[in-house]
Amino acid sequence: MDLSHTSPAPTAPPPTPPDSDPSAVKGRAVHPGDKIFRGLSRGSGITLLVIMAAIAAFLTYRASIALSANSANFLTAFEWNPQGDPPAFGIGILAFGTAVSSVIAMVIAVPVAVGIALFISHYAPRRIAAPLAYVIDLLAAVPSIIYGLWGALFLVPYLDGLTRWLDRFLGWTTLFEMSNPGSPARSIFTVGILLAIMILPIITNVCREVFLQAPKMYEEAALALGATRWEVIRMSVLPFGRSGIISASMLGLGRALGETMAVATVLSPGSVFTWHLLDPGSGTFAQNIAAKFNEADEFGRDALIASGLVLFVITLLVNGAARYIIARRKEYSGADA
Amino acid sequence: MSPGPAAPTPRAPAHAPSRTHPEKATDTMAKRIDVSGLTAFYGGHRAIDDISMSVEPRSVTAFIGPSGCGKSTLLRTLNRMHEVTPGGRVEGKVMLDHEDLYGTSVDPVAVRRTIGMVFQRPNPFPTMSIYDNVAAGLRLNGDFRKKELDGIVEKSLKGANLWNEVKDRLGKPGSGLSGGQQQRLCIARAIAVQPQVLLMDEPCSALDPISTLAIEDLIGELKSRFTIVIVTHNMQQAARVSDRTAFFNLSAVGRPGKLIEIDDTERIFSNPSVQATEDYISGRFG
Ligand SMILES: Nc1ncnc2c1ncn2[C@@H]1O[C@H](COP(=O)(O)OP(=O)(O)OP(=O)(O)O)[C@@H](O)[C@H]1O
Ligand SMILES: [Mg+2]
Repeated sequence: MDLSHTSPAPTAPPPTPPDSDPSAVKGRAVHPGDKIFRGLSRGSGITLLVIMAAIAAFLTYRASIALSANSANFLTAFEWNPQGDPPAFGIGILAFGTAVSSVIAMVIAVPVAVGIALFISHYAPRRIAAPLAYVIDLLAAVPSIIYGLWGALFLVPYLDGLTRWLDRFLGWTTLFEMSNPGSPARSIFTVGILLAIMILPIITNVCREVFLQAPKMYEEAALALGATRWEVIRMSVLPFGRSGIISASMLGLGRALGETMAVATVLSPGSVFTWHLLDPGSGTFAQNIAAKFNEADEFGRDALIASGLVLFVITLLVNGAARYIIARRKEYSGADA
Repeated sequence: MSPGPAAPTPRAPAHAPSRTHPEKATDTMAKRIDVSGLTAFYGGHRAIDDISMSVEPRSVTAFIGPSGCGKSTLLRTLNRMHEVTPGGRVEGKVMLDHEDLYGTSVDPVAVRRTIGMVFQRPNPFPTMSIYDNVAAGLRLNGDFRKKELDGIVEKSLKGANLWNEVKDRLGKPGSGLSGGQQQRLCIARAIAVQPQVLLMDEPCSALDPISTLAIEDLIGELKSRFTIVIVTHNMQQAARVSDRTAFFNLSAVGRPGKLIEIDDTERIFSNPSVQATEDYISGRFG
């Protein structure tokens, strides 16, 4: 079929100039737009891969310089002294501080976020839900240094009461024992709470989106069986939202693990290991790099790069685990129904 | 699980069958429905207007009429599902035997437990196994011992003519069944809680002829125990399964739907008293 004969209808003049290629159909076997786009996307994909490989190679090389001269066990040592003779540095404290602050953040943020998201998607009347969702969207966009300043100026003094209370009643657990009650709460515990507040909006938003997408037909099925609103949510919203909640949490966890400025602003770091979460001290990977990078010499920077690589690997593992959990649950997620 | 502050009234009305003796209750549980002056709105839109009719116990009543005349809307007002639609609002009365379903002290959740519903698209919970789907309504209602639950699940699946097909894979997800099997699973789920009325909104429209026949047979069996209301676009189906037929119509698109007439199915299909009914049934419009 040759379209070039049928397209210029006598009543409607063709939009193309009359001297254009008459066999337009044949000439379009390879569209130039397609060609350009394919080239562009392939090129940028390759460029990206090359850049990433170069970064990884560079970081690994620099890290290996530091690691080969290290006299302490990099994974378990608590001190961070790359200027020493011989240099001795390890990520023990950083790993512990990062893990503890992230766990605190997740334990607080995930349930609260799921609750707020459910409130917005299934409980609140529209005229409350829409503004609330908007405000939370805005909170997700606040720069982390603002959170850091707010944490240092507001959260730290106001947490005083809570930390004293925890020390009084839960001090026997060691974790909540304060060596010096009343000292400013520039501790890893405060960091955890600040991180919880920071990752709350993003988790809430993703969860809300997911809950709104739960198919209405299953909610109606539950309702028709005589389910209360909470039972409807339990039977037909949460099962659909489960993988979404996991993804949202991992997104939040990724942010908590890598958060730099807010942690560096609030925490008063230390290099002595302690189980006392309310005491100043401790540190996280990102905070440690931010705090030490400027005054470090070249070797010190290599050591910091090594710790950064560890954070990178942890982030990768967290993402992988999330993907694994989601993939394993596919059969029951109902996404195909 | 917490029912929340919105449900202070007991979940089952006084006449609900005792859950420990489901078989005893079977004879007495079908109830009649009397609708009077019922008008339903979607926001400002009046979808059905001033409908008065009765549904006899232990019989099948079919709703027929052109698309948009409000059959689904009326059906959903009967178990208070209409009001879960944003803007959904109802005026008028629906009496279940002697209880006004829209009375001030009536808990809609309890109404929906008493009046079961089967939807147009089969909707077994995809995250639950076949067994859990059937048990879902029972579990909402309180704790059953495993054995008791097993018995009711088996009985309900047998009641829905599905037992032989699924008895070896009760633990598999319900979404793995065929469409017709899924619909029968939904019926099993609905009858497991021993409702007094069963509402079905075009339950066969997504199914092949064989599954349709299976469900029609099932309806014939179920009507000895339940009051059944079925919406259908299939005239033959209405003629085959129902004892009474209600014809609805609307004067123009966007106008509220009205009940034209309700009568014994035989009469509606042989000698209806209103000309519009005859026109619709013989396919002259709609
Ligand atoms: N969720 C809704 N919001 C607003 N209007 C609605 C909604 N659902 C139905 N309506 C309107 O109510 C009227 C009755 O609709 P209903 O679904 O009850 O018709 P029906 O008889 O079941 O039609 P069908 O045979 O196509 O299923 C229609 O005018 C429809 O547009
Ligand atoms: Mg309908």
